[in-house]
Amino acid sequence: MVLDAKIPEGPIEKKWYNHKFNLKLVNPANRRKHRIIVVGTGLAGGAAAASLGEMGYEVVAFAYQDSARRAHSIAAQGGINAAKNYRNDGDSVYRLFYDTVKGGDYRAREANVYRLAELSVNIIDQCVAQGVPFAREYSGYLDNRSFGGAQVSRTFYARGQTGQQLLLGAYSALARQVGLGTVKMNARHEVLDIVVIDGRARGVIVRDMVTGEIERHSGDAVVLATGGYGNAYYLSTNAKGCNTTAIWRAYKRGAFFGNPCFVQIHPTCIPVSGDHQSKLTLMSESLRNDGRVWVPMKKDDPRKPNDIPEEERDYYLERRYPAFGNLVPRDVASRAAKLECDNGRGVGASKMAVYLDFADAIKRQGKAKIEEKYGNLFDMYQEITDENPYEVPMRIYPAVHYTMGGLWVDYNLMTTLPGLFAAGEANFSDHGANRLGASALMQGLADGYFVLPSTLSGYIGGTDLPKVSTDAPEFAEAEKDVRDKIDRLMSVKGDKSVDYFHKHLGKILWDKVGMGRNEAGLKEAISEIRELREDFWKNVRVLGDTNELNQSLEKAGRVADFFELAELIAIDALHRRESCGGHFREESQTEDNEAKRDDENFSYVAAWEFKGLNEQPELHKEELTFEYCKPSQRSYK
Amino acid sequence: MNFNLKIWRQKNSSTPGKFVDYSVKDIAEDTSFLEMLDILNEELIAKNEEPVAFDHDCREGICGMCSLHISGEPHGPKRKVTACQLFMRSFKDGESITVEPWRAEPFPVIKDCIVDRSAFDRIIQAGGFVSASTGSAPDGNAIPIPKKDADLAMDAASCIGCGACVAACKNSSAMLFVAAKVSHLAHLPQGKVERKERVLNMVAQMDKEGFGSCSNTYACEAECPKGISVAHIGFLNKEYLKASLS
Ligand SMILES: Cc1cc2nc3c(=O)[nH]c(=O)nc-3n(C[C@H](O)[C@H](O)[C@H](O)COP(=O)(O)OP(=O)(O)OC[C@H]3O[C@@H](n4cnc5c(N)ncnc54)[C@H](O)[C@@H]3O)c2cc1C
Ligand code: SF4
Ligand code: FES
Repeated sequence: MVLDAKIPEGPIEKKWYNHKFNLKLVNPANRRKHRIIVVGTGLAGGAAAASLGEMGYEVVAFAYQDSARRAHSIAAQGGINAAKNYRNDGDSVYRLFYDTVKGGDYRAREANVYRLAELSVNIIDQCVAQGVPFAREYSGYLDNRSFGGAQVSRTFYARGQTGQQLLLGAYSALARQVGLGTVKMNARHEVLDIVVIDGRARGVIVRDMVTGEIERHSGDAVVLATGGYGNAYYLSTNAKGCNTTAIWRAYKRGAFFGNPCFVQIHPTCIPVSGDHQSKLTLMSESLRNDGRVWVPMKKDDPRKPNDIPEEERDYYLERRYPAFGNLVPRDVASRAAKLECDNGRGVGASKMAVYLDFADAIKRQGKAKIEEKYGNLFDMYQEITDENPYEVPMRIYPAVHYTMGGLWVDYNLMTTLPGLFAAGEANFSDHGANRLGASALMQGLADGYFVLPSTLSGYIGGTDLPKVSTDAPEFAEAEKDVRDKIDRLMSVKGDKSVDYFHKHLGKILWDKVGMGRNEAGLKEAISEIRELREDFWKNVRVLGDTNELNQSLEKAGRVADFFELAELIAIDALHRRESCGGHFREESQTEDNEAKRDDENFSYVAAWEFKGLNEQPELHKEELTFEYCKPSQRSYK
Repeated sequence: MNFNLKIWRQKNSSTPGKFVDYSVKDIAEDTSFLEMLDILNEELIAKNEEPVAFDHDCREGICGMCSLHISGEPHGPKRKVTACQLFMRSFKDGESITVEPWRAEPFPVIKDCIVDRSAFDRIIQAGGFVSASTGSAPDGNAIPIPKKDADLAMDAASCIGCGACVAACKNSSAMLFVAAKVSHLAHLPQGKVERKERVLNMVAQMDKEGFGSCSNTYACEAECPKGISVAHIGFLNKEYLKASLS
């Protein structure tokens, strides 16, 4: 099979415009005859479900939380990018496009990224119209801040709760459609399989998480907007329920998985404090606007941070990257922190942390201003660590945060399984090997509000979709698979909990498929993951009943899928013998420890095709061409 | 640290529940409340007993999923934090702690400490939005909004929909939750057009769901993890009155 990204003809700034004109339409009166299944109602799915409902489609939406308002998007703190150039500081659609392609270390598709930058401006308008209370200046106009990897101020924000406010905006639009009857919202429902009929995605198998009932739902198209898979690593900044189940099932049903090894490790998180820890907390990247990162010059310096004089501190980001300073992109900042700690200059009890210091900013701007900008983050930090960041520098360390990889999609956001679309963090599309801050919210909303409504209509308008019945054998077969898996999990009756296995899996991934990767480690990881997976299926203990709410069963199903995905992450990381973005192969670095890309051999998207459990998946390459942003060694010096 | 726990166990909505005693030992003080429950659950699983079910997701105090009534207070003894952001250092070593679900008729128990809060969604569906369909928006800076108004709207919009206000209220009133949404949207020019229908429809739905009336005891504000002010309730009452009179 040859991968066709379906990139439209024409100059980059005309592609989306032309494409929209060429796409087939569905007559407003006919839309309600088409049912669309939307799995996930975070920013991407919520925006898509609301917008498709407004257009008149019959939408059936699912989420595992008890309300659409609680999707993981709610936790995004820092902000959302848009090329509005309200600051008059030289920003433009083209610059956002350029920054994103460069930030992604030239592993994203130019046409998609350009469209994203173009749509960014409409997103802000849409959100303001919904009543999203973005930060304002005294003039009453919208305020901006800066984020990593950019030299302009283009990030819009709502205190430290931007994701919350954007999600509540999408949620309110969705609620309106639910009230109007165009969208049927199913909260506490988990999608466990995709149903394929005549080569097209035509439905899903769902578990009602309260009654345990297994349901069949059919439709003309299925959208997966189920978020990222960072929780494969156990400890991450993701919400506890974030999972790979829906996209993994889709992969096993024929959708290719793109760049699974591109996992973002975020530089500013609260360090791990003990074995009991269940998740890691992000301290927003926006803090790097005002915070300065440093470590003591001396190794194993026992002094308290405030006792270390200025001249004995190493502000290593400012030293190594004078042009971008503390605002270098995430992959660069994370690796630099790891390097300092590996060299014995880490701080705190575990020595696996660096300082993020606000003393200068407080001196310059006053405590009140800092409190206004970051108050809730500082409170959260103090709550967790019992230290006051207004007085003592924060301690931070990198943690798994975001997955650039995901289901491979073409320009229409359709996977290789016709009729199955993927949006938001669940797809691989726009961030290449490293995502810039404040770009995930932008991408999720661009996909949901603007791209899918056009491209999905194009698919439905241009495809002959005979009615399907949920009595079709394909539904029965998929349902049986789901039931068998549940029965298998319940019948192991072993002696170890699901969390036991998940923690071990996470440790293998973090140690060997984390910030630094090498051939030997990756090979070990693959065999260790397999062994642990076998152990899981022999010794896991899942208690409770299947026909009622059962959190152990939910977790067990998700971890079972993480095991299979983890192996693919390692396989992908092993095959990509270059360093790029968040993927750092120790064999491929420059003299000063920067990532060394290999454009000659690896300038492609790796799209993996499932060939059976324990079989080597097949690699398909989507070669990337760069007509506008010429790849260069990425430099932030 | 060691703790004696009294936890509400209830198999499902149709079976009556009861308190069951447990104890946990050697808990580090920087363990979060939910992590302490994780530790208990691991011990229960090892003993072949079903773990305690409780809602949670972000564990960062923002999703509003966690909803534990801890020793008589929604989200526990500490002010302005959710249960997931409560750390064991807030308790005394050896302390006895009761853990139960929100108690309010419109929030029926599903299992153990998990309740059904879909009534809140239906209140939002009744009017907690601005009818701005995708594609219809003017430029974001077309209408300047005084910073003061934007800040007020943001204060109200910080509500995480957890339901602690309802659980705290002896009448199970949802006034603080509803007021927060009404106030958020009414303070913005975008929300002004529909403000009358909004407040009438949301309040009607609130009543229909069986939430009680507000008798100004302000327990809601005291227990709200996001510090939503009861001033919004005053604002809601005015909005409601104005809308009903016209
Ligand atoms: C702490 C934190 C801070 C962040 N800050 C920023 C920021 O400042 N700026 C930025 O741009 N990005 C930020 N990000 C990234 C960004 O928040 C996410 O990438 C983005 O919100 C993902 O949105 P989504 O719609 O794709 O998925 P999600 O919001 O994760 O939604 C997933 C949806 O899918 C549902 N779901 C999942 N699996 C199933 C299933 N099997 N069945 C049914 N439903 C399912 C869930 O219920 C949910 O509704 C941050 C991320 C984190 C973790
Ligand atoms: S008003 Fe406060 S207590 Fe009530 S739902 Fe909102 S955040 Fe929770
Ligand atoms: S788990 Fe999200 S607020 Fe507590």
